[in-house]
Amino acid sequence: MSMIINATSDSFKAEVLESPMPVVVDFWASWCGPCRAVAPILDELSTEYVGKVKVVKVDTEAHPDIAMAYGVTSIPTMHFFKDGAVVKTIVGARPKATLQGQFDEVVGA
Amino acid sequence: MPQIRNVVIVGSGPAGYTAAIYAARAGLNPLVIAGSVTAGGALMNTTEVENFPGFVEGVQGPDLMIALQAQAEKFGAEIVFDDVTTLDLIGGIKTVTTGMGVVHQTRAVILAMGSAYREIGIDDEKRLSGKGVSWCATCDGFFFRGQDVVVVGGGDSAMEEATFLTRFANKVTIVHRRDELRASKVMADRAKADPKIEFAWNSAVEALEGADKLSGVRLRNLVTGGESVIPATGLFVAIGHDPRNELVKGIVDLDEAGYVMTKGNTTLTNVPGVFACGDLVDSRYRQAITAAGTGCSAALDAQRWLEDVEDASIESAAVAAQAN
Repeated sequence: MSMIINATSDSFKAEVLESPMPVVVDFWASWCGPCRAVAPILDELSTEYVGKVKVVKVDTEAHPDIAMAYGVTSIPTMHFFKDGAVVKTIVGARPKATLQGQFDEVVGA
Repeated sequence: MPQIRNVVIVGSGPAGYTAAIYAARAGLNPLVIAGSVTAGGALMNTTEVENFPGFVEGVQGPDLMIALQAQAEKFGAEIVFDDVTTLDLIGGIKTVTTGMGVVHQTRAVILAMGSAYREIGIDDEKRLSGKGVSWCATCDGFFFRGQDVVVVGGGDSAMEEATFLTRFANKVTIVHRRDELRASKVMADRAKADPKIEFAWNSAVEALEGADKLSGVRLRNLVTGGESVIPATGLFVAIGHDPRNELVKGIVDLDEAGYVMTKGNTTLTNVPGVFACGDLVDSRYRQAITAAGTGCSAALDAQRWLEDVEDASIESAAVAAQAN
């Protein structure tokens, strides 16, 4: 079960920048092994944090403009957004426990 | 009472999965702790593997690993996608604890944690990580279309990354500490023949330029001492690997470089019931096929060891029965 939303260049503003709750944006691509590795973990977290943190994915191949706007040159990159601004960035796949800690932090802060 | 397993395998590269295939076929019901985000090992971040025997047209690294996993599962290996946090290896029953807090008990452990990318070791590297500095050309090459990038290293990984990056980049400069490559001839020749690839010989990365994102790589010539800057928006580090020995440091004997030491021509470590294979023990060859080979050896060694322990316990039970 996943609550993940796929953002496009058109929907990014509404889904991420104007979101009332914190958003974790996962920048990924189909050819990226570590992105595939972290995907099921983000699926689980999207369900576990439903109503508290929104998880949004951006396919960097389909929407390179968003990746470029946020300076993404390595994937997976996870930008944590609050009130439209990046408050935290994780580059590279991480174990679930590590990401959970970061989710908790962004909820608590 | 919790189940006591015959063998737990830590790691899921070619060594770990080959050990799992052999142990599963031997009826040992192995458990593989594959890693939560590192499952499949280093080959998951590669593209074409041309030198794995049996694949005439080559095979994609991730495809090979998915096939090895499926083959292990077919024979009954159990695989969990979690990380080992602690290993208690001393004594007849060993415990393996994972990140999710699950504790597994087992008679034998096969260590196949592989190796991790080595970092250059300069402050700028962390500062600009994900802002131009990358450890995965296949993941990130796409973001450097039409740009100039630098690859650091002189081995096969560096050549593979440089050659792969020419699909996207305008120019690729390979920075190497010496004046000759350590890479295999076929990989070196391919890189040298590529019109998009240039070499900066006898050079080391001194510092990285750029405030928010990489703009240049400052080099020091190790022969002349002179400094220069290569304008680049991407830096790919491929200067080698270090064995992932954190879990067994101080418990299992390591050599000076941190590789797990094994006895003679076997995979036995100094701790009874603990076997080691793959890049974790191999500072010399470090190939997918050699890792698979020692993974096979580890499973066979573990199988024999378990049989010997069982024989010994039957024998001592018989002696005890006789004494009564």
